Amino acid sequence: MASAVSSLSRSSGSAVRPLATRDATWVRYTLTAVALGFLALFLLLPLVAVFAEALRRGLGAYITALKDPDGLHALKLTLITAALAVPANLVFGVAAAWCIAKFTFPGKSVLITLIDLPFAVSPVISGLIYVLIFGAQGWYGQYLNAEAPWFPALQAWLIEQDFKIIFAVPGIVLATVFVTFPFVARELIPLMQQQGNDEEYAAITLGANGWQTFWNVTLPNIKWGLFYGVILCNARAMGEFGAVSVVSGHIRGETNTLPLHVEILYNEYQFVGAFAAASVLALLALVTLVLKSLVEWAHARRTA
Amino acid sequence: MSRPRVIPGFGLSLGTTVVFLALATLLPLGALVLKSAGLTWAEFWGYISDSRALAAYRVTLLAAGAATFLNLVLGVLTAWILVRYEFPGRRLLDAAIDLPFALPTAVAGIALATLTVPAGPVGALFAGFGIKIAYAFPGIVLAMTFTSLPFVVRTVQPVLADLEPALEEAAASLGAGPFTTFRRVILPELRPAIIAGGTLALVRSLGEFGAVVFIAGNLPFQTEIAALLIYIRMDEFDYVGAAALATAILAFALTLLVAMNLWQGRLYRRLHG
Repeated sequence: MASAVSSLSRSSGSAVRPLATRDATWVRYTLTAVALGFLALFLLLPLVAVFAEALRRGLGAYITALKDPDGLHALKLTLITAALAVPANLVFGVAAAWCIAKFTFPGKSVLITLIDLPFAVSPVISGLIYVLIFGAQGWYGQYLNAEAPWFPALQAWLIEQDFKIIFAVPGIVLATVFVTFPFVARELIPLMQQQGNDEEYAAITLGANGWQTFWNVTLPNIKWGLFYGVILCNARAMGEFGAVSVVSGHIRGETNTLPLHVEILYNEYQFVGAFAAASVLALLALVTLVLKSLVEWAHARRTA
Repeated sequence: MSRPRVIPGFGLSLGTTVVFLALATLLPLGALVLKSAGLTWAEFWGYISDSRALAAYRVTLLAAGAATFLNLVLGVLTAWILVRYEFPGRRLLDAAIDLPFALPTAVAGIALATLTVPAGPVGALFAGFGIKIAYAFPGIVLAMTFTSLPFVVRTVQPVLADLEPALEEAAASLGAGPFTTFRRVILPELRPAIIAGGTLALVRSLGEFGAVVFIAGNLPFQTEIAALLIYIRMDEFDYVGAAALATAILAFALTLLVAMNLWQGRLYRRLHG
């Protein structure tokens, strides 16, 4: 499944087709017009709406809305979350791709299925599972309230530090890691399988050790795929709403990420503020699309 | 496999993967199942089959089904023009297809809602015909269609690009018209990819939350989706109820995924031996 996310390895069709397989001109024009018209409306209008609503009261109001301290804090938290979740999933993704693409072992297909699992889980459920473990009623809460806990020193320390996971930053990071978990691995596995092991065999025959092989042989081969996976992972990490919404508690200036900040302002009918914050996220999305296209372009040129 | 492994790092990479998987996904999902396992069957059934939950399943399934159908039609059409035709802006469109994946769902939700409320630019058009989009069923379908748009395009596109023109030439030389060629030659080749993409779109739509809550209206029994009901149960601190609903929905999504994968695999083997 999820091959939809992996579009780096796709080939583009040749434009010049044999005459017999070319569609009639009127068919070509009708289909293109219908699809383009519909997609233009569908993809373009929401983007235009975000910026139009943000600028409705003029540029001054927009800039004031952007300078809102709660909004800036939310942006900071969003960046921190992505900065923690993306490297974690980068390490995991490379490790998972290495063992799945380079080795044969029993249970490999089960492992691949488990990696895909978060794609099938609703964001709300992704948040719920962490509340069940780390919430006040969950295992973590029971541990904090236990009369005779394991490692009493740890319990005392956690209570003294008032270390919270749910309705606090650690929970937001955990939920984000879960949701963005498959992206890097899904991108690297097919790429590394396609490239095979010949170059690694050559490196090892010539006396390279494992790390040297990885850094000097494998990594240069997979760098575009890796970059591509990181871009997708980062976009989702910064934009995740459902899972983060469940574990965050929506404390303004503390546990609000930018998407949650958008929700709060929107529900308070502060539309300029909500759409100003949304416009920052929309800009990040556009940057993502541009980077993604550049990576595809670089990859296509290398393989051409 | 008794051949010695030449490439190092098997233990390290497998160990990292398994530990990470266990901590980040299996442990939390296990907690969910354990929470529901504390219930008797009758209690569990009570939680997942009360009338409000049934109404939420119905809305979610119908909307996700409609959205997936729209995505199948639009997705195959888009993949078709992207692969087979040259037109100005083709590469731009190819890049823009992934916008719904890049755009945070909350942003998509408020943008679609603003456009389709009766006073909004698109909503006003439809309000003239007495059709309500935002805060009604069509709004839910719209949000789900938007967020899962890229799946079908991106699964069908590579298969369509790799299709041998010789197949179509053969069909044409045997006297098949373009429509017959599409229906009898091209479509069967695309079917595994269409099913794979449609399944991903369906599963995503069933679970979609961020985009839908802003546009749905969220009236119990009418426009309340299943994911929102879980959220509401949690807000009421009814964690057992939330866990029971989540377990049922998760089991359904996984069953669907496995069944569709099996079906797709069988079709694929029939085509490619």
